[in-house]
Amino acid sequence: MNLYILLIIPLLSSLTLLLLRGKDAIRWTALLGSALQLMAAIQTLRLYLAERSTGNKEPFLFESKLSWFSSLHINFHLGIDGISVCMIMLTALVVISGILVSWRVGERSREFFFLLSFLSLGAYGFFMSLDLFTLFFFLELAVIPKFLLICIWGSGDKEYSAMKLALMLMAGSALVFVGLMGIYYQASGGNADGFDLTAVSKMAIPVAVQKFFFPLLFIGFGIFGALFPFHTWVPDGHSSAPTAASMFLAGISMKLGGYGCIRVAAFLLPEAARYYSPAIVLLSTIAIIYGAFATMMQKDLKYINAYSSVSHCGFVLLGIGMLTPAAITGALLQMVSHGLMTALFFATIGMIYDRTHTRMVAQMGGLLKLIPFISATFVIAGLCSLGLPGFSGFVAEMSVFMGSWQNPDKWYRIATLLACASIVVTAVYIMRAVGQVVMGPVHEHESRHMQDGRWNERTAAVLLVAAIVLIGVAPFLINDIISPSTEKIMEQLNKLVSSK
Amino acid sequence: MNWKDYMITLLPELSIIAIIVLLLLIKIGSDGWQKDRFLYFINALLLLNFIAGLFIQPEGHLFHEMYKATRLTNIEKSILNGGVLLISLQSFSWLKLHKHAEEFYMLMLSSLLGMFFMISSNNLLQFYLGLELSTIPLAAICNFDLDKRQSSESAMKLILNSAFSSGLLLMGISLIYGATGSLNFSEIIPKLENSTLLLFAFVLVTSGFGFKISAVPFHLWTADVYQGAPVAVTSYLSVISKGSLFFVFTSVLYSLFRPLSNDWYPVICLLAVLTMVIGNLFALRQTNIKRLLAFSSIAQAGFILVGISANSVTGLSAVVYFILVYIFSNLGAFGVVSIISSYTGRETLIDYRGLYKTNPLLAWVLAISLFSLAGIPPTAGFFGKFFLLIAGAAKDNYALIIIAALNMVVSLYYYLVVVKTIFLHGDESPIEKLPVPILSRIALLICVAGMVALGLLGNVYDFIQSVCSNL
Repeated sequence: MNLYILLIIPLLSSLTLLLLRGKDAIRWTALLGSALQLMAAIQTLRLYLAERSTGNKEPFLFESKLSWFSSLHINFHLGIDGISVCMIMLTALVVISGILVSWRVGERSREFFFLLSFLSLGAYGFFMSLDLFTLFFFLELAVIPKFLLICIWGSGDKEYSAMKLALMLMAGSALVFVGLMGIYYQASGGNADGFDLTAVSKMAIPVAVQKFFFPLLFIGFGIFGALFPFHTWVPDGHSSAPTAASMFLAGISMKLGGYGCIRVAAFLLPEAARYYSPAIVLLSTIAIIYGAFATMMQKDLKYINAYSSVSHCGFVLLGIGMLTPAAITGALLQMVSHGLMTALFFATIGMIYDRTHTRMVAQMGGLLKLIPFISATFVIAGLCSLGLPGFSGFVAEMSVFMGSWQNPDKWYRIATLLACASIVVTAVYIMRAVGQVVMGPVHEHESRHMQDGRWNERTAAVLLVAAIVLIGVAPFLINDIISPSTEKIMEQLNKLVSSK
Repeated sequence: MNWKDYMITLLPELSIIAIIVLLLLIKIGSDGWQKDRFLYFINALLLLNFIAGLFIQPEGHLFHEMYKATRLTNIEKSILNGGVLLISLQSFSWLKLHKHAEEFYMLMLSSLLGMFFMISSNNLLQFYLGLELSTIPLAAICNFDLDKRQSSESAMKLILNSAFSSGLLLMGISLIYGATGSLNFSEIIPKLENSTLLLFAFVLVTSGFGFKISAVPFHLWTADVYQGAPVAVTSYLSVISKGSLFFVFTSVLYSLFRPLSNDWYPVICLLAVLTMVIGNLFALRQTNIKRLLAFSSIAQAGFILVGISANSVTGLSAVVYFILVYIFSNLGAFGVVSIISSYTGRETLIDYRGLYKTNPLLAWVLAISLFSLAGIPPTAGFFGKFFLLIAGAAKDNYALIIIAALNMVVSLYYYLVVVKTIFLHGDESPIEKLPVPILSRIALLICVAGMVALGLLGNVYDFIQSVCSNL
């Protein structure tokens, strides 16, 4: 399997888009590109599973390494493990549904689809990089397209939100960069393998060095993953962004942060991860509770989903902070699940807004009678968000809680209990929003002639719902992919503790 | 050594001299040249000069080791040659309307000649002469918008400041001469020791350079001069002049002051931090695009100083690579500004509203250049900037690296404000569709190609590093 294909497809499709004229040609090309991405992702998954079933126990498969800046020991080094495969699938699904729901984007559609394809390039590259500099390159690559997407096609106070998002994410990546420099020079003395992920993981990095650089890396990636108190870009960014960009932001971008926290911060600096884990747990518990309560106060559907994303992404960081295998698996499941669920949520919010021209909960009602398909999808997204069994949200949050409970320390137990309690709050705001929007009497502003989901919207929704339900009813499918890779990370986390 | 060797070793300088003499003859001999033909002709000459410089790369020492030519100096000269060519292509539409295009080229090339001698200097005397030759013509071309008062003001400020900084440099040089009894680099270095006198000399020399590279606190002249001068001159000042001075400053610090490296490290770090922070803070509030680019170029100088502080091969190659990238990025930005300014005379940020609607090509070039200046991937600016920081981080001074990295975020703000302005607000009287001359178009495309290719192709950096490590 040549992993470059996953980079070449988005690159080529985005460049082709720039050359095209005519609305139809543009959107069909974009769709074709994303469909090819999805096929390539599925093929990657298939080949990955086939390779694993032959008993290949290498931590990373399909590695390929090209020398990039040989004098600085920077390589274009790609490879995937179970975690990357899941993230790649997630990206492909969110991108294709994002393109489908933006089918009717009006002005500058060429630039819009170009930026979306370009964003997916950054995400794929990030999830596959095994070289720290390459990883950093792709992390930054995915920031500016978001700025432009929000700035040009956004709504509300879009310039402010776009700027806030760009600056906060760039500050995050600046911290990440300093952390990487620390690893490069302190771990390896700037020699040949200083940027190589697997090589660095085998080096014995002094504990004092780890303790100094871990916060930089963790906070840096944490900003991407809505770590409290650096989550403030999330609500503004998500609510101002156009639908597809919101889907991408919440569905994929925030996952870059969680992935980086696990793959770089915790994996390379395991002792510091243990040292700082109480602080991580504290911050993520605050994020979960605070996010949930903040959501209760929101009146705008997009803000509701944005704040609930803060809360849900708190579970990802909580799982990482707990440092037990089940909790980390849960964190990864939550990343996938939240990615799908929140993309679906934003997609349906976008569809509803197209019909009602408002996002205010109070100005809607009884939509189930008018646009049953969209409303049903909306209900599914809501139920998944509050963790109803049968959907992916339940599986993910359940794993996080079970894994967290395995940590016998009192501090962690209290945090787990508090995090569990947030589910009740989640139920309150989800049920309230769903009840008001789809049930009850039809609101006076709403026209009786609203068109239910078009083919493109239906396809997008069906894709996402199918994935959510599949994970919900057959969690072992994704668990089997992720667990072996989680074990590698746990080995790393335990190795150094036992050697003391 | 016979005269042929002299000719070949001095080739980069001689070909510039030849062009200057030719220009002089053209100016005297013919009134009848059409402007267009003249401009095509001179651009062809510069192209020829650039290509010749790429292929003929002599090495050796001349005039009792006063003059040196190494692989590194040749590369640096080629970089500057290329930059001058790009500037010349970009200012086509401005020069076409200008009465004194021949003089402009004569003065610009004289200044370039001075830089070549400065880069090749192995002797403080030659270094000083080269420096003066490179600055005095600049003051004259700063005044080239003859009917603008700002332009004269800018020339005045430049000449006063450079005279003052030259004075400081001369004082430093004479102290070095007094302490060591020699002007030749190779003879000075062994005699340098950690005496107070030499430290004082170092402080004076560094302050002199500080003025020239507009490092804070010696930067006060920069913004006014950049704003008042014609755009072509501004881009020359900010790219070629600054680049060549950084080449020389690096080699002075790395060779001449190497024995004092423990003493100069904190000084350079301090200068770097001040330059980045102050440059960025002032840039945040600018509304004139030339002033904004002036302050941004001050901030960029701060990043280069971070790379210089490394005192290593990586530091040197990161600086050379960054300046190469910086030439493409800054000239891309200035090229667009130059075209817009020469047709409409509009230079404030508000005038750029909705540029994307009317001039998509110019808007994209400007946006990509600004991304490259801000250090956003996949442009080469990303690699240039982070390689400077990678080099600087080798000293384990992470406070400096954190400050630098966060300064990149600050600088991103004002670059994004420009990008936002050109992509949004299309409604109120945007700049009309401008005819971009073919030469300028080529120059802009070269800049974009450079910004994309230099980063993604790692060989360029590897080549520079291999040259630097063979010194």
